[in-house]
Amino acid sequence: MADTPLPLEVRNIKKRFGDTDVLKGLSLTAHKGDVITLIGASGSGKSTFLRCMNLLEQPDEGQLIVHGEEVRFKRTRHGREPADWQQVVRMRAKLSMVFQSFNLWAHMTLLENVIEAPVHVLGKPKKEAIEHARALLDRVGLTERADAYPAQMSGGQQQRGAIARALAMDPEVMLFDEPTSALDPELVGDVLKVMRDLAAEGRTMIVVTHEMAFARDVSSQVIYLHQGVIEESGPPDEVIGNPQSERLRQFLAPKH
Amino acid sequence: MEALLERLEGLLADNSIFTLQTLSYYGEGLVTTVQLVFLSLVIGLVAAVPLAIGRGSKRPWVKWPIFAYTYVFRGTPLLVQLYLIYYGVVFVEGIQETWLWVILEKPFVPALIAFTLNTAAYTTEIFHGAIKATPRGEIEAARAYGMSRRLMMRRIVLPSAFRRALPAYGNEVIFMLHASAIASVVTIMDLTGAARFVYARYYAPFEAFLFVAAIYLCVTFAILFFFRWLEKRLLAHLKPAGG
Repeated sequence: MADTPLPLEVRNIKKRFGDTDVLKGLSLTAHKGDVITLIGASGSGKSTFLRCMNLLEQPDEGQLIVHGEEVRFKRTRHGREPADWQQVVRMRAKLSMVFQSFNLWAHMTLLENVIEAPVHVLGKPKKEAIEHARALLDRVGLTERADAYPAQMSGGQQQRGAIARALAMDPEVMLFDEPTSALDPELVGDVLKVMRDLAAEGRTMIVVTHEMAFARDVSSQVIYLHQGVIEESGPPDEVIGNPQSERLRQFLAPKH
Repeated sequence: MEALLERLEGLLADNSIFTLQTLSYYGEGLVTTVQLVFLSLVIGLVAAVPLAIGRGSKRPWVKWPIFAYTYVFRGTPLLVQLYLIYYGVVFVEGIQETWLWVILEKPFVPALIAFTLNTAAYTTEIFHGAIKATPRGEIEAARAYGMSRRLMMRRIVLPSAFRRALPAYGNEVIFMLHASAIASVVTIMDLTGAARFVYARYYAPFEAFLFVAAIYLCVTFAILFFFRWLEKRLLAHLKPAGG
């Protein structure tokens, strides 16, 4: 147990946009099999925090340790940036991301989307990647849609396809950035079901979400963010079941 | 072939202008036009890809010279560019003693250079626009999946941009075909050159130019159909379900 490095460790991340401190020193540790959900009002910094984890946003301060390897930074005139982009590419390949608006590559079929990064980033043989991709499409219920283009699929199908694309990387950690927020209500269920299955099989996941039922049932840890600070954190029974702060109670209260 | 020529001769028997001789002028003119346009388009296309990438660069010493180039060549008439290159090269000190003069002396190469520089400038801007229009989310996904800049350009940005640029580029090809008519002013016997020759010889402007207009139309249609076919194949992904 002590020998296997933690999938992801984030320490004291700070980020500012202009004069606004968006993240004020956030830390998080993901053990293998953890499902960590980040909740909070819009503008609380939860998506920015998630995007700092794979450096889609550059944190101004803080450490990032992916599977035991710490990302090195250097100071430049414009602030801080990664010292070694090769290393960033390597660490990003271990953290696959599922986006709010799916972001499948529109000029490729679904199958091509799924094999793209394994073949061209990881260097996997194409035949093997296709086999793996077909199995993953089976899992997310898109066997029939392998040759469809993203524009020909519903939002729910696109998002499940995007999850298959993420799984194809055999990632250490999967990052979900509000994966159901752009979906019609009747399509949310299918996507959540796939995510529940992933959690059940022991995938390490970090999920930014507004789906409180999902957070309550599936997470091992819930983190409530408010204005760039972790206000409450712990198992869902505590954070959602027994919120300490007035703000979180209001946030969780039914909105009607 | 023999029989065909004879039949053609029979058809043209009562015709004083469209003899086999003049038809062969048009034929050669067509070949010259197609060569000139095709070569300049191919070279221009190959040059435009790196130029378009450079045009979107953050580095000012890469970006601005390319912008200046496209600005000048899109901002001045092709005819003026052709004159400048065709007549201008003569004034380059000592060029007539070098081997270059052998090819520059004839009008074809200066015209090819002018056309290539012109179409490359337009194509650069077309591609630059298409590259800029790559959906942000797709670029973000490429970054998030560990692609380097180079890989992302090759696998995501360019394939997507080329498809988007296709309709505009098809127009550019047709534009170049039509613009190539001005090659005749520097004595190139292209299609229009052949028409001018026939016109001057028989003083038959309508016959000479209507006929050449019909040939241009046919070539234009061929290009149109080619691009429609290409769009059907490459733009399938933009069509919604059932397409």
